[in-house]
Amino acid sequence: MAVGAEQNKAFAQYAHPQRLVSTEWVAENVGAPGVVVVESDEDVLLYETGHVPGAVKIDWHTDLNEPDTRDYVDGEQFAELMSRKGISRDDTVVIYGDKSNWWAAYALWVFTLFGHPDVRLMDGGRDKWIAEGRELTTDATEVTQAEYPVVERNDAPVRAYREDVLAALGTTPLIDVRSPQEYTGERTHMPDYPQEGTLRGGHIPTAASVPWARAAAEDGTFKSRAELEAIYRDEVGLQPGDDVIAYCRIGERSSHTWFVLTHLLGYENVRNYDGSWTEWGNAVRVPVAQGEERGEAPGSSL
Amino acid sequence: MSAQDLPEQLAELVREFNEVPDPDKLQLLLEFSRSLPELPDRLGEHPEELEQVTECQSPLFLAVEVGDGDDAPVSLFFSAPAEAPTTRGFASILHEGLNGLPAAQVLEVPDDLPERFGLTRLVSPLRMRGMSAMLGRIKRQIQARQAV
Repeated sequence: MAVGAEQNKAFAQYAHPQRLVSTEWVAENVGAPGVVVVESDEDVLLYETGHVPGAVKIDWHTDLNEPDTRDYVDGEQFAELMSRKGISRDDTVVIYGDKSNWWAAYALWVFTLFGHPDVRLMDGGRDKWIAEGRELTTDATEVTQAEYPVVERNDAPVRAYREDVLAALGTTPLIDVRSPQEYTGERTHMPDYPQEGTLRGGHIPTAASVPWARAAAEDGTFKSRAELEAIYRDEVGLQPGDDVIAYCRIGERSSHTWFVLTHLLGYENVRNYDGSWTEWGNAVRVPVAQGEERGEAPGSSL
Repeated sequence: MSAQDLPEQLAELVREFNEVPDPDKLQLLLEFSRSLPELPDRLGEHPEELEQVTECQSPLFLAVEVGDGDDAPVSLFFSAPAEAPTTRGFASILHEGLNGLPAAQVLEVPDDLPERFGLTRLVSPLRMRGMSAMLGRIKRQIQARQAV
């Protein structure tokens, strides 16, 4: 059974405070019935070097991505994964990871595709846990296999495909969360080294540039709601009720921004375009803008 | 996976990885990550002499030293943080497999080397690109020295 939300004044400012827990809460609740703590990192071996005692590992590449198709696992594969990790449909899942929860947010977003009811992030992630001198262990976590139903993935509410982005150009605000150099299309690699992965540099026209890490504070926790609103509302110009699409290179960094906009600021229709620049920058006949200006949607100036 | 066309010290590592069952391969890679030698002081104090491998997901820096003469051995140096064990593991494999070999032998190592450890599915193709990039840059630095 899921457990109640953490009563934490620091989270009360956010739209969905129940989506965050503190490191203290995890220390007290890991191992409690109905709670499963999950580590999800960029580095596939980081969990093995030491993890929160009792946490299980879910890897974004090897567990959540479908190996043959560029897509996520399907309902059966997800159910099998959950069962293997000891997660039931009504469990509270708390995810944490390296790099300000960048990959943890990605895993949480994939859980959202399957509508897992109660999934939360540990604010500050792995680095905050370590900075506070909390225990890490290399002991294997004992897992009791769980029953998890096969739930069909429901992409539409939180996932945008390339066609959706094309159709939304000029009407739906886009946020590009990559680095400024990736946004402008400036080449950052050394001469004679091919730019890996994409044939064109730049950004999707109309997209505002907000590197994802601007939403994170020094200690890896999320910035305050006021600071986040100063960025996304005042600077970018998002209005209450706006639909938003976020993208990056492969959809991981933009999951972090998706979490911020959806659960911290309360935007109700935010989608992550996971095809992102590795699809758009290689696609034939899609518009690309270069430089620091957002650029205009094709046809909008006619 | 074939190892016949590889220098013996490298072939041995390919065989080692292919002999262990899949779940233990990651553990083996973790052990390699722990045995990556520290940078010698002369390089640790001069980070500008190291080349960053930007294709790696985590920061990795490498330096290549080549002695004079055709058979002079190549010395390899790597630096990656403890928070990047996979990257450290790749670097450590290349160090153990290539360090001390003559330049000509390093240049002949096939570019598909990373595919031969049986790690691609366990680690993912995207991450394996980091190892390909390290090998590519090692060869490139050797060629640049030889062209001088």
